[in-house]
Amino acid sequence: MTSRAAYVVGAFEHPARSLPGRSVASVHAEVAHGALRDAGLNFSDVDAYFCAGDAPGFGAISMAEYLGIRPRYTDSTETGGSAPIAHLGHAAAAIADGRCDVALVTLAGLPRQSTSRTFRLEYPEGLEAPEDEFEQPFGATTPALYALAARRHMYEYGTTSADLAAVKVAASRHAAVNPNARLRNEVTVEEVLESAMIADPLHKLDCCVVTDGGGAVVVVAEEIARSLPRTAVRVLGYGEASPHGSGGDVPLTSVGAQLSGPRAFERAGVRPADIKYASIYDSYTITVLLTLEGLGFCEPGQAGRFVREGALVAPYGRLPVNTDGGGLSNNHPANRGGITKIIEAVRQIRGEANPEVQIPNCDLAVAHGTGGWLTTRAGAATVVLGGVG
Amino acid sequence: MGAQLPAPEPAIGPESAEFWAATLEGRLLLGFCDSCLTYFWYPRPLCPACGTWGARLRESAGLGEVVSYTRVHRGLGEYAEVGVYVVGYVQLDEGPRLLTNLVDVSDDLRIGDRVAVVFHKTDGPAALPRFRPASEPAHSA
Ligand SMILES: [Zn+2]
Repeated sequence: MTSRAAYVVGAFEHPARSLPGRSVASVHAEVAHGALRDAGLNFSDVDAYFCAGDAPGFGAISMAEYLGIRPRYTDSTETGGSAPIAHLGHAAAAIADGRCDVALVTLAGLPRQSTSRTFRLEYPEGLEAPEDEFEQPFGATTPALYALAARRHMYEYGTTSADLAAVKVAASRHAAVNPNARLRNEVTVEEVLESAMIADPLHKLDCCVVTDGGGAVVVVAEEIARSLPRTAVRVLGYGEASPHGSGGDVPLTSVGAQLSGPRAFERAGVRPADIKYASIYDSYTITVLLTLEGLGFCEPGQAGRFVREGALVAPYGRLPVNTDGGGLSNNHPANRGGITKIIEAVRQIRGEANPEVQIPNCDLAVAHGTGGWLTTRAGAATVVLGGVG
Repeated sequence: MGAQLPAPEPAIGPESAEFWAATLEGRLLLGFCDSCLTYFWYPRPLCPACGTWGARLRESAGLGEVVSYTRVHRGLGEYAEVGVYVVGYVQLDEGPRLLTNLVDVSDDLRIGDRVAVVFHKTDGPAALPRFRPASEPAHSA
């Protein structure tokens, strides 16, 4: 058995944010095509495929046929927005173990074309989530669940709505220089606070965008990476966690990043202070605050102050975050968007971010995904990525 | 606020009939494990604290405190037209935290407030356990 390093050699984010008249399968295929082209590889090179619940039909099996690939390794781990980062970690492990050489990860969806107005996932009859009967009747929308975390963080630490808004302000500044961003207008703290209340203390501008589209990445073994022309990005460390409130001990201000982060950093042999760029899942502004603390970029309770002081703003903040504009202003495809977190980290390490937000000598980055719902049950996945040479 | 909350019928699972039947009698049952003496939420036959199979139900006093809450301005589904309503976590005195609605609360609702369970009848064989300020006697709606 070999143990080989894994490298991201291809990354592609669909440039569109609305895709009427398209099928979900074709968007998966289009982003796969884009990432393979970026890598200098073809579909015939792919021997491992990773997708989550956003893939249509019977997941990896339906999509393998659609894409015309014959994988010897598949993984359909479904952890919501953290799934693509979990897939990247799992792909690196499979490559290290010699089970595959060229892994393709895709995410795509068309939520803007949907007319569904339900507020939680719907499951086939007999396969309802076991918690549904005890939670569904109470009208806890997704923003409401995140609002419960925000309220508690305010109570415990004195965090303010203006602190939350600072996360959106930074995202909007980055999105302003991203020609593909869903929202390109820079906003102020006041504008966030004046936007409509959704579930207090979360306003409309504390919530991510809804976008069609998707993205894909290609992960390969070291010897293949060496043969390719593009800058390879090394997968240095990976960790995951599945926090939940089983037994009634509901996590309100603690997040899975507290576990997945140290696991990833330890494997990579680096510390949070070494990181030059972070893609942090930003379904809501509170998601970022809690994750900054969870990953150890600041002490518990200090994230409000951290963001208030402009830490997230590229290129010179203490820790530039989501330089593509993030889910808050750029893109959150399939209502989960985790793949965009990897893609922007790869851009930063390759030196291919939008010039105004490119971090100088960005050779160490983190991408973190949060899936499911804070305050009930969630997935968490952290990957540490590094430049080569 | 929330005086006219809808009471959607839960999709009662095959092992939950006893739990929901008790709600019709004004009793809130929790999961309880005789091995590790732990109350847990939500009820199920496996104790999530120690892995013992064969956990049972045990009655809660129905009293606790608010650990977080949010006023939802944009409801969906059955809640789309009800106006602002309150979703919160209540930590029961027995230990577990449960997701619920806070009803009959004033504008100065605070984390730490004491609350007591009330039951709101649904169209099915179930009543929803919601919580109201504990300073006044609880009642069934
Ligand atoms: Zn037990």
